[in-house]
Amino acid sequence: MEDQELTQEIKPPVSTKGPGRWLKENLFNTWYNTLLTCLALVFLFFAFKGFLTWAFTEAEWDVIPANFRLFMVGSYPKEQIWRVWNAIYILSVLMGLSAGLWGGLIFRFAVALSGVWFISALLPVELSTRGWCLGAIAMIAVSFFLGRGRTGLRPWILGGWILSFPVIMVVLRGFGENGVLTSNWGGLLLTLILAVVGIVVSFPLGVFLALCRQSNLPAIRWVSTTYIETVRGVPLITILFMGNVLIPIFMPGLDINQVLRMMIGITFFSAAYMAENVRGGLQGVPSGQHEAAQAVGLNYAQTTLFIVLPQALRSVIPAIVGQFIALFKDTSLVSIIGLIDLLGVAKSVIANPDWLGLQAEVYLFAAVIYFVFCYAMSYASQDIETDLGVGKH
Amino acid sequence: MAAQENALNDPIIICEDLHKWFDDFHVLKGITTSFQKGERAVICGPSGSGKSTFIRTLNRLEEHQRGTIIIDGVELTDDLRNINLIRQEVGMVFQQFNLFPHLTNLENITLGPIRVRKMAKSEAEAVALSLLERVDIADQAYKYPAEISGGQQQRVAIARALAMEPKIMLFDEPTSALDPEMISEVLDVMRELAHSGMTMLVVTHEMGFAREVADRIMFFDEGVVIEEAPPADFFDNPQHERTKLFISQTLQH
Repeated sequence: MEDQELTQEIKPPVSTKGPGRWLKENLFNTWYNTLLTCLALVFLFFAFKGFLTWAFTEAEWDVIPANFRLFMVGSYPKEQIWRVWNAIYILSVLMGLSAGLWGGLIFRFAVALSGVWFISALLPVELSTRGWCLGAIAMIAVSFFLGRGRTGLRPWILGGWILSFPVIMVVLRGFGENGVLTSNWGGLLLTLILAVVGIVVSFPLGVFLALCRQSNLPAIRWVSTTYIETVRGVPLITILFMGNVLIPIFMPGLDINQVLRMMIGITFFSAAYMAENVRGGLQGVPSGQHEAAQAVGLNYAQTTLFIVLPQALRSVIPAIVGQFIALFKDTSLVSIIGLIDLLGVAKSVIANPDWLGLQAEVYLFAAVIYFVFCYAMSYASQDIETDLGVGKH
Repeated sequence: MAAQENALNDPIIICEDLHKWFDDFHVLKGITTSFQKGERAVICGPSGSGKSTFIRTLNRLEEHQRGTIIIDGVELTDDLRNINLIRQEVGMVFQQFNLFPHLTNLENITLGPIRVRKMAKSEAEAVALSLLERVDIADQAYKYPAEISGGQQQRVAIARALAMEPKIMLFDEPTSALDPEMISEVLDVMRELAHSGMTMLVVTHEMGFAREVADRIMFFDEGVVIEEAPPADFFDNPQHERTKLFISQTLQH
């Protein structure tokens, strides 16, 4: 009986949480806090009232649907638009299969994307576009059910993602005169291509540079450090200008188009920052991990690949994704050297006499698109962090 | 003891005039010794005496700057092939366990056999599971190191080293980072290993374990071996003043 009393469980104190309670504790707990809350409410009311009045009565949103194709693909010719849809379909199939195989984050993205296509199909668009949209949903759905549970396919799908990269470039470009010159790539399409190429190439390059900077061989360390410090010391805009002017001078005879030049510039720029982020992670891996790996008999490459990098990269996911987001937004700088990316389209629409004075509408629309993609990356990063964090450190 | 005498002229580790400096600090001042196959040596001494550094030179976690080390007939030099060869034959257990936190306990053990010994994954996992059984934590195979206790982590670390089928096991203060109630579970595993005939070099402050298991106790101070003897002689009849002081201090509690 006494034992029972000794070990009886004591309930934690009752917490008094609730919206009303929270308001009282945080916003109205003292007279000056109450005053501040009221003032803030008045300010917010007028700010929102102004914005909402503008958005629903004054703003001329016609400019968006009228130029929608421009915003999405720039001057990509209409009769070749099937190329873009084919590229989207390749990605849809991969996404559906991945959603079926892995579930989780990629499943949620697949659902969100299907939702976007569905809403697009409901909007007053051309019949063919509506068909393409519904087709994309079908692609995602069918491949989702095909991929479900077939874990043996995983390595093939990973290979498919890597292979999709050059395949999509070829699909979008086509061959020779019958294809679409990269100078006609534009709008969101160009923004996404520049960002994806930049991210996918600069990440491994950055990891490589970071490893070189930690090397025991002075020559390698010195070259890597010089590269990183030089690139970090120059604004991206300068690198883009230099890429535009210098690459043709250094490699005469090689016809490197402007889009490719910008890809190279963005990638090399981003790799330097990526390297520093990764180096931070490398320094955080305790020396005991290296020693244990060596004691087991792993060589340098194995130790790096299986022990050091997985730990180093996990600890710097927020910084790496931050760099990805920065890179995505920095692609807008290519509009300065004449490429018509999303921001470039926005500028040219505003300059069109038919749509004079609609800066607010156009820029707001562009901002929302940038935000959606950046937030998706941020969301993915948080999800991956939670995923990797469970019970692992 | 009979097996011991048979192997007496078959040293598996030979050290000749071993020197090591950390910058200007002379850590090892000419260690000359050898260890027989199946010998269990306990190395003790005050902190900073060079005992950890000594066993770390044996698998090249520390480089020696003078003298020679020959392990199972292979000399430790700058030659990477020799270093990798020797590391496969020498297992090591660390004070801080140094398990790989991003891998499950099972993966911690199978990594070496799969990547270094090129063993098939299924075979490596079978070996790993039987080793986990041997150190009595088979039920923790699919957990991560952070999810188990310190004593369990150290036993996984021992299993990880054993998975490479080493001829020699080095223990660098394996129980110093453990809570008192977990020390015995690790020592039990080491005791079992000693009875199986493994060549073991153990840096430890566990004098009870040393007296019970060791064939020889080496006492390090300021980078030299001042005294080495079988446990009975070492504890009951120490020769040097420094050894006597050390023993009286460690046995006080």
